[in-house]
Amino acid sequence: MKQTPLYDKHLESGGKIIDFGGWALPVQYQGILEEHEAVRTRAGLFDVSHMGELWLGGPDTLANLQRLVTNDLSKARDGQAVYSPMCMETGGIVDDLLLYRLAEQHWLLVVNAANTDKDEAWIRERLTGQAVLENRSAQTAQLALQGPAAERILQRLTPAALHEIRFYRFLPDVTVADIPVLVSRTGYTGEDGFELYFPADRATELWDRLLEAGRSDGLVPAGLGARDTLRFEAALPLYGQELGPDISPLEAGLDRFVKLEKDDFIGRAALREQQERGVPRRRVGLAMVGRGVPRSHYPVQCCDGQAAGIVTSGTFAPTVKQNLAMALLERPFAEPGRLVDVIIRGKPVPARVIDLPFYSRRKTT
Amino acid sequence: METRHDRLYTKDHEWVLLEGSRAKIGITDYAQDSLGAVVFVELPAVGDSLAAGDVLGAVESVKAASEVYTPLSGTVIAVNEALEDAPESLNEQPYEQWLAELELSDQAELGQLLDEAAYQEFCAGEEH
Repeated sequence: MKQTPLYDKHLESGGKIIDFGGWALPVQYQGILEEHEAVRTRAGLFDVSHMGELWLGGPDTLANLQRLVTNDLSKARDGQAVYSPMCMETGGIVDDLLLYRLAEQHWLLVVNAANTDKDEAWIRERLTGQAVLENRSAQTAQLALQGPAAERILQRLTPAALHEIRFYRFLPDVTVADIPVLVSRTGYTGEDGFELYFPADRATELWDRLLEAGRSDGLVPAGLGARDTLRFEAALPLYGQELGPDISPLEAGLDRFVKLEKDDFIGRAALREQQERGVPRRRVGLAMVGRGVPRSHYPVQCCDGQAAGIVTSGTFAPTVKQNLAMALLERPFAEPGRLVDVIIRGKPVPARVIDLPFYSRRKTT
Repeated sequence: METRHDRLYTKDHEWVLLEGSRAKIGITDYAQDSLGAVVFVELPAVGDSLAAGDVLGAVESVKAASEVYTPLSGTVIAVNEALEDAPESLNEQPYEQWLAELELSDQAELGQLLDEAAYQEFCAGEEH
């Protein structure tokens, strides 16, 4: 298994290590529920150094990216991060990524760990004109500091005016604990917080400094388990579950990140056709009415046993304290209020279709 | 990991507490610790007739669902309904909280189970 530069720190902090797509990462330290709660009410620190970082530069960078991703990057400014699916001609999703505009023709692409090599090859094969792609995933560490106390904690280690960084904005070169860091106000938890990109050889140093700076605010290290329940409650999609090569971003409910009116991009024709005809399936929320925990891949049926779709993610949601699922349902069933059955260990258990997300914080930034 | 001298164990980390021809079945301290916080328990119905290896119920943590298989054949004569409202008590008191009680139909199956010492040895092997 591959290790991030923080592997020894995870062991030191009592992390329970699992194989996460080939990476040895902690699923939890003290417990998923405790870490989830810490992020919702105080702060949590996640090692997400397994994520891929690809840099693209050269005079034709923006034109290439505009063809590769579904969102419109032309209106972005320096210091802005843009979320976008990247699609195949079929409209199926290659990956979902964050694109950071360092300059008009210089971007950082942050991709899912398991997709890094695939994405690099996908992009490289499709580059035209003058654009140079560099995969610096191994040299780049990433930490996510998430929760209502995140700004206060990070501010103790940097002179930068963090309150001026709005949601989905970043500063490319901030000194944090004497380390050069790209500080981005983004995250995957549904809370306020930051994602920090910096040289991998400084990872243990920044990890220790952050935990120390946050101790008085109740900052704890948080693992992949809490990361999953947090993103789940906020209805943030996960590649391999809500997103994949057989799922279009329109089916996944990512309509606002698909700009059919911009210049041609890969997948546009298929997505336009899907939009005109209406999507065959739609991502929805399910709240269990009967007793049971819905899980990924459980079938969903309509009340007469007819196939209605499939659960993409499901769990006991710790903040809202309910058994909930995200599911991809055939359109006739994807209406809020509709009753369906989730098939749990062979038995139909009633659930109600509800709107997403399950949880949203009160926005202050 | 805590174990108890008064009962038998399986390699699936279940315990069996015998009372004559009846047996209570639960999950061990090792099992609850590897599962993490238990958030849901599914129990069989009283009257269910089970063969060794059948699904007895399910114990679900935040992260995953784990089915529990009965190591012994028999008829379910009682279930611990309190777990449905307080699944976390499986984490807190794994040896007080049982899932189901069976009237055994084949006492010979008891020979397949591990005693405390054998179970401890088995757990030690699992750590590596």
